[in-house]
Amino acid sequence: MERVTALATAVRAPLTVDRRYLAAVTFGVLGLIDIVVFGLLALRHSGDASFNLSPAGSGVQIPTIRVAAGSACFALGVVSLGLGALRGFMPLSRRSKRLAIASVLLCFVISLLCWADAGAIPLNLVNILQGTLIASIPLVLGALAGCLCERSGVINIAIEGQLLFGAFAAAIFASAFGGLWVGLVAGSLAGGLVGVLLAVFAITFLMDQIILGVVLNVLALGMTNYLYDRLMAQNPNYNTGNTFSTIKIPGLSQIPVIGPAFFDSNVFLYITYIAIILVQVALFYSRWGLRVRAVGEHPTAADTVGISVVWTRYRNVIIGGLIAGIGGAYLTIGSVGSFNPNISSGFGYIALAALIFGRWTPLGSVAAALLFGFCLELALVLPTVNPALPSPIMNMAPYVATIIAVAGLVGKVRAPAADGKPYVKA
Amino acid sequence: MSDVPAAAPEPIPAEPSAPDKSRARLTGAVIIEAITQGSSTVNTILAIFLALVVGGVLIVVSNPLVTHAWGSFFAQPGYTLGQTWHAVSFTYTQMFEGAILNPSTVNAAFHGGSVAAIFYPLSSTAAQATPLILTGLSVAIAFRAGLFNIGAAGQWVGGAVVATWLGFGVSLPLGIHVIVCVVGAFVGGAAIGWFVGLLKAKTGAHEVIVTIMLNYVMYDLLQYLLSHPAMLQQPHQTNEIAPPIANNANLGHVGGPPPQVGVGFLIAVGAALAVAWLLSRTTTGFQFRTVGASPSAARTAGINVERSWILVMLLAGGLAGLSAATVIQGTNTQLTFNSYGTYGPDGITVALLGRAKPIGVVLAGLLFGALHVGGTYVEAATLGQVPADIVTVLEGLIVLFVAAPALIRAVFRLRATSGTGMEAVAKGWNG
Repeated sequence: MERVTALATAVRAPLTVDRRYLAAVTFGVLGLIDIVVFGLLALRHSGDASFNLSPAGSGVQIPTIRVAAGSACFALGVVSLGLGALRGFMPLSRRSKRLAIASVLLCFVISLLCWADAGAIPLNLVNILQGTLIASIPLVLGALAGCLCERSGVINIAIEGQLLFGAFAAAIFASAFGGLWVGLVAGSLAGGLVGVLLAVFAITFLMDQIILGVVLNVLALGMTNYLYDRLMAQNPNYNTGNTFSTIKIPGLSQIPVIGPAFFDSNVFLYITYIAIILVQVALFYSRWGLRVRAVGEHPTAADTVGISVVWTRYRNVIIGGLIAGIGGAYLTIGSVGSFNPNISSGFGYIALAALIFGRWTPLGSVAAALLFGFCLELALVLPTVNPALPSPIMNMAPYVATIIAVAGLVGKVRAPAADGKPYVKA
Repeated sequence: MSDVPAAAPEPIPAEPSAPDKSRARLTGAVIIEAITQGSSTVNTILAIFLALVVGGVLIVVSNPLVTHAWGSFFAQPGYTLGQTWHAVSFTYTQMFEGAILNPSTVNAAFHGGSVAAIFYPLSSTAAQATPLILTGLSVAIAFRAGLFNIGAAGQWVGGAVVATWLGFGVSLPLGIHVIVCVVGAFVGGAAIGWFVGLLKAKTGAHEVIVTIMLNYVMYDLLQYLLSHPAMLQQPHQTNEIAPPIANNANLGHVGGPPPQVGVGFLIAVGAALAVAWLLSRTTTGFQFRTVGASPSAARTAGINVERSWILVMLLAGGLAGLSAATVIQGTNTQLTFNSYGTYGPDGITVALLGRAKPIGVVLAGLLFGALHVGGTYVEAATLGQVPADIVTVLEGLIVLFVAAPALIRAVFRLRATSGTGMEAVAKGWNG
C-alpha cells in the first residue's frame, strides 16, 4: 500500500527503538505489573478471587471459580514474561504476533480482576462481559462512523457532536411523540444532520476539517444545553425517560455464558452487530468499498477513472452521521432514558481514539472500542465489589494499559493518504 | 538514524515573520478594497456579525413571548417585530454591559457613584480570559509543530496538583513562594506533555490517543489524591477538596479595586509574547514550524524532528500548567475535583479561532472570556430566560464562520480574491 520511493526510504522516520524488542519489552513491562503491582497487592489482601460464570437465576448454573489471587497474578505475569521472551528471540508469524498481544492483554485484565476481587464477594464475569458490550455501543457506532468518513478522506472529529445531538433528538422526539422508534429514527437523523453540516463545510467550502469538527462539537454542546434549559428543564414531558425493553433472542440466549452476554439486550446491541458487519463487508468486500477507499487514498486517480469524489465523500460523511446518531440515541433511549446536558461526556473523543488505535479499520476500531468499553464497565463495577480498594487507581489501570499498548505494540499508524485534504478538481 | 546526515546544517537562519510586503497606506481606496474583497479583519468582523445574527434567531425561536407574537404576525406586524427586536437586543445589550461596559455605572460615577464599578466588567473579562489564553497557547504551539494536543486538560491537572502541593505544603517567604508555585505548575504540566512527546518520538504512538488517555489517567489521579488526607485532601473533609494555598502563594493583582488586572493575566500575555518570539525569532521556533509544515522535508533538511516533537509538547504542557497556576493561585485558591472545568476543550477552540498565532490566541481568549462573563450576566439579568449556554453556541458559530471565509464571501457578496483563503492551521493525522 505504501508508496515507497527511494527518497521516502531515505527520509523514513528513524524510530530509534526496534519494533521487535520494543514489543518484547512491553510484554515484559505488562508482565511485571501483573506480578509486582497486582500480585503483591493481592497477597496483602490475603484471600481468594472468585468468579461467577452464570447470571443470577439462569437455568444452567456453573460452579463459582475460586483461585488464589496472588498466585494467579504471579502465574499470569510469568506467562507474559515468557511471551515477551518468545517475541524477542523468535521470528513469529503475523498471526502468532497478534495472538501473543491478545494473550498478554488478557493476562493483564485477568490479574487486574484477581487483585480487585481478592477476598471480596464473587465477581460475575457474565455481567461484566454484558456490561462491556453495552458500554461499547456508542463507542463502536461512533468509531464506525469515523471509519466511513475517514476512509473516504474526510476527518471526523465531530463524532462527539453527532452522539450528543443524536442523544438529544432521540430523547425529545421519543418523549414528544410517545414512540421510542420515532426517537431512534430522530436520533439517527440528528447525527446525519451534523454529518450534512460536516460535509457541506468540509467538501463544498473547503474548510479546515479539524477546526470544523471541533466547532461542530462546540455547537452541538451549546445547542443541546440551551435547548435543554429552555425546553426540557421547564417541561418534563419533553424528557420522559422511556427506554427500549430487552429482547431475548430465542435459542441463542440460552447458551451458557455467551447467551446472556451477547443475546439478551435491547435493540441497540443488535443494531450494532449489524452495523459492524455491514461496514466491514461494504468497505472491504464490495466494489462500493473499493471506490470509497480509492477516494480516500488517491482522489485524483479515483476521479480519473470516473468516480465522483465529491458525491462519494458527501454520501459517506452523511451515512457516518446517521450511524453515530444511533449511537447517540442509545445514550438516552437505550440506557438511562432521560437526556442530561453533555450526556456524551467525551465518548466521541474516545471513539476517535479507538478509530486511530484500530488503524482506521472497522474491526480494529471495534476491538479498541471494546477495550475502552471494558474500562468504562470496570469503573462502574469494581467500587461495588471491593469498596476497600482505591477505585481511582483501578479506573486508571486500563487507560495506562492502553498507553503502554499504543506505544509498545501499535506504534506509528498511517491514516488514509488523502484524509483531511479537501479535493479541488484540477 | 544512519539514514540522516549526522552533521545537521546549523544554524538555519530564522525566517523573519513575513512582514507585509506591500505595507499599504490607509487610503480610502485601500479600505474600500479591503471591505469589498474581504480582508482577514473584515472577514472576522463579518463572521462575528453573522454569528450574532444566527444566535439571535436561536434567542427568538426559544422565547415563548416572541414565538407567540409571531403567531399573530399579520394582525399586528409592528408588535411582532418590536418584540423580536427587543428580545435580541436586550440579550446582547445585557451581555455587553456584563462583559465590557455598563453605561449606567458611568452615569452613576458622574453623580458621585464609585468609579471602580465602571471597570468591574472589564476586570472580570480579563480574569476569565486568563486560563483560556494559556490553554489556547498550549494547543496553538503544538499545532504549529503539526501536533494536535487534546491533552491540555490532563496537563492542566498536572500543573494544578504541583501548584497546590507547593502552595500549602511548603512555607516560603513572600514573593519567592509565588514564583516557586508558578514554576512548579509549569514543570508539572510540562512533565505530562513531555511524556506524550517522548512516546511519539520514540515509538510513534499517536499523540491524539495518548493525550486523550492521559486526560482520563490524570482525572483519576486527581480524584485519588483529593480523596486521601495523606495526599492532597484537606484534613477533616469528606469532600474531594485540597487545603487552601498559603497567602504567600497567591498571585494577587495589580491595581484595584476594579480597574485591576490579575498577575495571572500578565503571565498569560507574557507567555503569548514569549511564544510569539520563540516561533518567529529563534532557530527552535523555525524548526517547530518546519516540522509542522512537513516532517519529511524538515528531516531532509537535517532538523531533528523527534527532538522538536518532544520539546514542543513539553512547552505545550508547561503552558497548560501555567493556566492551572493562574486559576489555583489566582481565583480559586483551592483545588477541587471540578477545578479543571472546560479549560482544556475551550483551549482548542481558542487556539483555532486565534489561528494558532500567539496574538490571535490572546484576542480569541479575551473574546471568549467576555462571552463567558456576558453569558453569566445575561442569565442572571433575565432570571434564566436566556441560559448562559447561548454563549457556547455563539462561540461555535464565530469560529465556524471565521474559519469558512468562502461562506462569508458568499453571504455578503464579496468578490473572491486569490490569497485571502485560510492557511491550514491544523494538520491531518499523518502530520
